[in-house]
Amino acid sequence: MSGSRAAESLLALSQQEELEDLPKDDSLSSSEDEGDSDGERKHQKLLEAISSLDGKNRQKLAERSEASLKVSEFNVSSEGSGEKLVLSDLLKPIKTSSSVAAVKKQLTRVKSKKTVELPLHREEIERARTPLEQEIFNLLHKNKQPVTDPLLTPVEKASLKAMSLEEAKMRRAELQRARALQSYYEARARREKKIKSKKYHKVLKKGKAKQALKDFEKLRKVNPAAALEELEKLEKARMMERMSLKHQNSGKWAKSKAIMARYDLEARQAMQEQLARNKELTQKIQRASESEEEEEGAGEEGEPLVPDVVNEVQAKVNGPNPWMFRNQSSDATEPEIQEDPDEGAEPAGHEASESEDEEGPVAEEDILLKEFEERRSLRQKSGLSGPVGSPETKDSSSQEVLSELRALAQKLNKENHRSGRQEVSAARTGTILEVQRDEPAEEQEEPLLLQRPERAQTLDELEKLGREGCLQNKELPRAAVEGQRLKTNPNNHLGAIPKEKKRKEQMIDLQNLLTTKSPSVKSLAVPTTVEELEDEEERDQRQMIKEAFAGDDVIRDFLKEKREAVEASKPKDVDLTLPGWGEWGGVGLKPSAKKRRRFLIKTPEGPPRKDKNLPNVILSEQRNIHAAAHQVRVLPYPFTHHQQFERTIQTPIGSTWNTQRAFQKLTAPKVVTKPGHIIKPITAEDVGYRSSSRSDLSVVQRNPKRLSIRHKKQLKQNSVD
Amino acid sequence: MKVKMLSRNPDNYVRETKLDLQRVPRNYDPTLHPFEVPREYVRALNATKLERVFAKPFLASLDGHRDGVNCLAKHPKSLATVLSGACDGEVRIWNLTKRKCIRTIQAHEGFVRGICTRFCGTSFFTVGDDKTVKQWKMDGPSCGEEEEPLHTILGKTVYTGIDHHWKEGIFATCGQQVDIWDEQRTNPICSMTWGFDSISSVKFNPIETFLLGSCASDRNIVLYDMRQATPLKKVILDMRTNTIGWNPMEAFIFTAANEDYNLYTFDMRALDTPVMVHMDHVSAVLDVDYSPTGKEFVSASFDKSIRIFPVDKSRSREVYHTKRMQHVICVKWTSDSKYIMCGSDEMNIRLWKANASEKLGVLTSREKAATDYNQKLKEKFQHHPHIKRISRHRHLPKSIYSQIQEQRIMKEARRRKELNRIKHSKPGSVRIVSEKKKHIVAVVK
Repeated sequence: MSGSRAAESLLALSQQEELEDLPKDDSLSSSEDEGDSDGERKHQKLLEAISSLDGKNRQKLAERSEASLKVSEFNVSSEGSGEKLVLSDLLKPIKTSSSVAAVKKQLTRVKSKKTVELPLHREEIERARTPLEQEIFNLLHKNKQPVTDPLLTPVEKASLKAMSLEEAKMRRAELQRARALQSYYEARARREKKIKSKKYHKVLKKGKAKQALKDFEKLRKVNPAAALEELEKLEKARMMERMSLKHQNSGKWAKSKAIMARYDLEARQAMQEQLARNKELTQKIQRASESEEEEEGAGEEGEPLVPDVVNEVQAKVNGPNPWMFRNQSSDATEPEIQEDPDEGAEPAGHEASESEDEEGPVAEEDILLKEFEERRSLRQKSGLSGPVGSPETKDSSSQEVLSELRALAQKLNKENHRSGRQEVSAARTGTILEVQRDEPAEEQEEPLLLQRPERAQTLDELEKLGREGCLQNKELPRAAVEGQRLKTNPNNHLGAIPKEKKRKEQMIDLQNLLTTKSPSVKSLAVPTTVEELEDEEERDQRQMIKEAFAGDDVIRDFLKEKREAVEASKPKDVDLTLPGWGEWGGVGLKPSAKKRRRFLIKTPEGPPRKDKNLPNVILSEQRNIHAAAHQVRVLPYPFTHHQQFERTIQTPIGSTWNTQRAFQKLTAPKVVTKPGHIIKPITAEDVGYRSSSRSDLSVVQRNPKRLSIRHKKQLKQNSVD
Repeated sequence: MKVKMLSRNPDNYVRETKLDLQRVPRNYDPTLHPFEVPREYVRALNATKLERVFAKPFLASLDGHRDGVNCLAKHPKSLATVLSGACDGEVRIWNLTKRKCIRTIQAHEGFVRGICTRFCGTSFFTVGDDKTVKQWKMDGPSCGEEEEPLHTILGKTVYTGIDHHWKEGIFATCGQQVDIWDEQRTNPICSMTWGFDSISSVKFNPIETFLLGSCASDRNIVLYDMRQATPLKKVILDMRTNTIGWNPMEAFIFTAANEDYNLYTFDMRALDTPVMVHMDHVSAVLDVDYSPTGKEFVSASFDKSIRIFPVDKSRSREVYHTKRMQHVICVKWTSDSKYIMCGSDEMNIRLWKANASEKLGVLTSREKAATDYNQKLKEKFQHHPHIKRISRHRHLPKSIYSQIQEQRIMKEARRRKELNRIKHSKPGSVRIVSEKKKHIVAVVK
């Protein structure tokens, strides 16, 4: 099969070359008389002469200067084919042997007698010397007749290549249909995507999954090869799940639920459901591999349940690049496509495959992306490969996978693009959340390693222990181990970066790891599983708890909250820069750094926060508006310092805080009047002076304040009587 | 074996007699009673709100006069008795507990310009437009007896006011001049004049009983010493003073009710600057009377409202008005300091509570303690905005309200103009006069 492929590729190449040749020929013929081209030729000659100074190089000349030369289909230059054989060349190999010395001598003698003329250059030959020759040449060129002895004229070839009008029409119609179908499906998908009902999407997804399963079962019975392909798709979905971690508790929804889960039973259930779904999604491949394993086991027993084709394909799957086997399989399907009437599709497809082969070392995600891009571009460019894409678009499920893959590829691209930034941010924030996010990444690491037949062996090991539990055991202990690792790993900021890098490397080195059957991986996997099974129960429980309280990290939340509060309370610099003053202004123009520096008013650092040394307290130093409505804004009149006022306010006067006596004293009014009693005006006798009003007045004038105090006292006495 | 038992000293919990209060053990540990300030604040807020809820000062309206009430007098010995003189020359004696007129005298022809009681409460004096001073017995005439004054003094000029000495049988009238009379004589002991304009009111000092003050329509307030033949000193204000009131607890403090809507509290020793200028009325202030505690005074105004001012505050703490009350001509604070009476144009005498939200009647000790506590809390938290806002809120009739706004604008304009004048003139050339000094024209001795 590979041989035939090579032949095909060669054929394609030769044809391509022919196509390339044609225009060259034209241009030459038209510009033959021009001096420029003549000069070029001379230059070429000179080069040739120089190169021919040492005779050995002569054969290496592979460049074809003349278009009209007969071209071999093996891309070998026929340079010098028209020349005579030089004797000396033939003689070279026999230099060493002594037996032919006599003959050699004879030959040299002949040589010395008469110099052998160098053969004329081809152009020299072709050059029309006589007017008649010129006329003939012109005629030949006009009709595109080969000057030397070709098989077909270019015109003939072109006519051969051209197809009939009906055919072209048909193809165009097909193409249109395909395009319309595609756009229709795309529009439909968009419309469906636009539907906001979550329930609808949920139901749809479930329905699709069920349908896919059913189809798969059917396919497995009818067409095992196609079933395997389906399996592949499932695996891809699993991969995607592993990469996107859609159902891990890292999403926005999941986080919110995690917070709610503590109080809300429903939320907790929803979270559990999601986790279960995650598990299911990630386990799917195991079921598949299990089935494979079963099949293998059956094969060993000698009773194949599946035809050999499956195994064949599987062998292919074990091939160099796991990401590429899709291409291979597509190659496998290509013969069917080749059966299509258009022959043009053939070379195009090969081109694509070739280009893909070239891109082997490129990162997988790029391949994924390119695969689809190329397919589409081919469809558009050649306009012949429409049918290649059409069977895929017809299948709705595959369409879905396609779109998903595209999305995934985009995501990957984005991730790559962002990775640097992410690292920086991870280093800066250094939050524990980041570490948490990394956790699934690590989890991702192992299944990728254990994906291939190596696992069969571990499963064999597990089979001995008990088949039922193995599925769970494989999932849970791993997470538990990770949990331990997390614990041992201090939550330092630097931890995040290497992990990120590791993941990146993984993406690139994946194929290496997969292609080389590493026994080390095996040896790693086996003991861990054994170990894990020992204290499986304990970990199981721990895992359960972990799942139940996933994302429920109160302390870290609090720390984060505090950090945010501190950030928010920091005084911000005031930028008084006016764009357009003293320089050009306009859209997209920013004021110069110098100007900004000049007009940036840096606010001085405020006093240290009160909660600076209290790790588990946030003291808000902001003015509470609601409280401010009840607070005194200005220091009231008789007070001279706010502390005085505060002290008066802080001293309670109620009986709750004071003894009865103190309470009475504190609450006694300044003026007490008895109801129903006449209060007489104060008299000098009341204050303790003699009745002489004259002296009274003088006293009053001397010390008015004292009297006023006495008056107050007097008032009470007055009120009594 | 040792048995541990709880043992308590019966002295700590056993009452000596049945009448003793039960001893309630109480732990004053502050940690057990947290949030002192917020709790007290809430209590204060509630107290303030309750105060406003229960602020219903109007008690009764005494109607019976057939013309506007021109003057009021308190009985020196009986809280329940009030005398009033109307513009038709009628004098009525009221019993406040019954809220009824107990006696009606047609005392004068024309206005009853002034009325005062004798310090012993046995008789009262009236002056009227008919140039007479009449002395009446407080008790009504016995059966078949005719209603006649004890004494009648015919004067040469119209008397516009009268006041009795607080301790002796001497009274003073005012008109063209201030005359001091002995009750036993028909001629004044002495008459004092300073200027030529008619004197509108004369008041004896309740503490330094030889001192008296009068206010004349030539915008001055003149102080006299009864023992001297000449007046002591006078202060000239911007506008005419209608009446003055002496502080019954501080001998040298008096308040003048002025035509320029303000009241001026003076220290008679330093008349050049009033102690306080009380501004809130929006029309001429016609009468002023001190609370017997000397802490507050009440003023009656032509703007149909009465206001209560603390002595040391320039703003009123209370404003009373009713829909039907017209220009208030006279006002009195009863001797037990609980009530305020005001006589107005529309022939009614109204009785108000001096403290709007005070509970009348006998209070239990707990009630009293609670009110005291609330009062203290209100005082303590009076500067807090919420409490302040609630406690300050008063309803005003639209006329007064709009006038207040208007005058505020006028005042602001004047202030602005003054500021501008200062700003645009040579520094130091414009003298900044304080509000207190602004209204004093001169002091003459």
